[in-house]
Amino acid sequence: MTFLKEVYAVAWGDMRFLRHNFLSILIMSIMSPILYLVAFGYGLRSGSTDIGVSYVAFVIPGIVALSSLSSAFSSTSTRMNVQRLYYKSFDEMMMCPLSLSAIVVGKCMLGLVRGLVSCGLLYAIGLCLQPEELVLSPLFVLCVVCSCMVFSLLGMSAALLAKSHQSMGTFSSLIILPMTFLCGTFFSVSSLNPIFQAILYCLPLTHASECIRAAALPGAIPEFPWISLVVLLAFGVAFFILNHHLLKTRKV
Amino acid sequence: MDDDIIIITDLVKKFGDKTALDGLDLRVHRGELFGFLGPNGAGKTTTVRCIATLTNYDSGTIIVDGVDLKKNQTAAKNRMGVIQQQISLDKDLTIRENMISHAMYHLIPKKERDERIKELSDYFDLGEYLDKPVDSLSGGWKKRAAIVCAMLHEPAVLFLDEPTSGLDINARRLLWDVVKSLHAKGTTVFLTTHYIEEAEALCDRVGIINKGKIIALDEPKKLCENVGNVAVEYMDEGKTRYRYFKTDEEAKEFVSNLNNVSNVTIRATNLEDVFVEMTGSSVGSQK
Repeated sequence: MTFLKEVYAVAWGDMRFLRHNFLSILIMSIMSPILYLVAFGYGLRSGSTDIGVSYVAFVIPGIVALSSLSSAFSSTSTRMNVQRLYYKSFDEMMMCPLSLSAIVVGKCMLGLVRGLVSCGLLYAIGLCLQPEELVLSPLFVLCVVCSCMVFSLLGMSAALLAKSHQSMGTFSSLIILPMTFLCGTFFSVSSLNPIFQAILYCLPLTHASECIRAAALPGAIPEFPWISLVVLLAFGVAFFILNHHLLKTRKV
Repeated sequence: MDDDIIIITDLVKKFGDKTALDGLDLRVHRGELFGFLGPNGAGKTTTVRCIATLTNYDSGTIIVDGVDLKKNQTAAKNRMGVIQQQISLDKDLTIRENMISHAMYHLIPKKERDERIKELSDYFDLGEYLDKPVDSLSGGWKKRAAIVCAMLHEPAVLFLDEPTSGLDINARRLLWDVVKSLHAKGTTVFLTTHYIEEAEALCDRVGIINKGKIIALDEPKKLCENVGNVAVEYMDEGKTRYRYFKTDEEAKEFVSNLNNVSNVTIRATNLEDVFVEMTGSSVGSQK
């Protein structure tokens, strides 16, 4: 019970921040996914895919996975980076009697909530556009929640390791941006040669895309990739341990 | 209850090859206003950061209000409040939201939290600013808000790391009043400062740190006595020189024997003289 209270205490300030800036955050969260949908879903390609659904229905879950990455990662990493390096308010929290696990989970709540808002809005639009093909199920929600949490934890790791705002930008350019386009968001990873496939399966977004797409299109993909869900969760555990270690050793 | 609220023994902290704290020993009495002086890079902030658990130390022990920091960090954190050198409020939130956040970090129940925020805000005249963004306040008022945040959980000892750094004279004097009133209420205050006059005006005892070690520790008056109560200041070959004497007579006799010097002044020794004499540098000059 104390753990949950501590998580709530850590997340409270971030939720107030979200409330103060809700409209602008909402617009920012939904803008790029819609542009991706228009550009990739309707602009570049049409017709059906090799799994028997329209390309728009195929790409919408991919863009949801992408949104979970971009929204969750950027909200957690940006706010933590500012709090740690500029406001120094992160130090204030570290001086308080909170467990490190509660700090890690609490600081990821902003990314989780913003990611869910962004994915939720986009998928609502998707369901309106392709009501016959896309499905909203508890498994889909579970996959999106897991994905947002994993990328929020990754955002925290990036923010804790960053020495400056510039290094955050470098991390985004080298890791996040390539993941955005390559990890099965706009095309199936199986269409690439085996070496690229092996590389892409080492990245969490590939597994998030596969899980979210399978949960959104159960008719076209009857076998849910449980292994990918386990791998995604394993990434989450690894990022959690890394964040805990960084806080414990005060390498922040 | 132990008379010493902070007991630091043989504290060592290294950053790579550089030794920031070199076996630091220090005791701060319960209820006193303790001044911690030292040149830049002497180890003042590192000491505070080690006590505040923001920096891990290599060896030694820190005991705060009877609690060993290495054994029970959570209990130790509940006993202290820290105001960092840089104002560390969350600028995306209002002053009240910052205070609520701090209270929540200490798991203070809502009713009690609201009462304490009101009581402390009234005490520090912050009431009208509570719902304003942090950046709408001047530096001095932000410091006050930071002090309220640090006081919400009623710590036994309050650490103020260079609290008046960067403030104008008026804001500095206002903050002095705040520190004095906290001390009058019985809070132990650990004040690190660059400003000698601040330590002289406020502190019951002063510790001088240099190169990671305490080199002097006593009441300001006694530290001055140890150096010599009377200072002679004079210009010789373009440089200001200082000599210290036990009595006025000795100082006057010394002055009467000076040749080819100018701007001779005889005055009472102050803490700055003690500082220069002991560290060989003026405050803030050493790297």
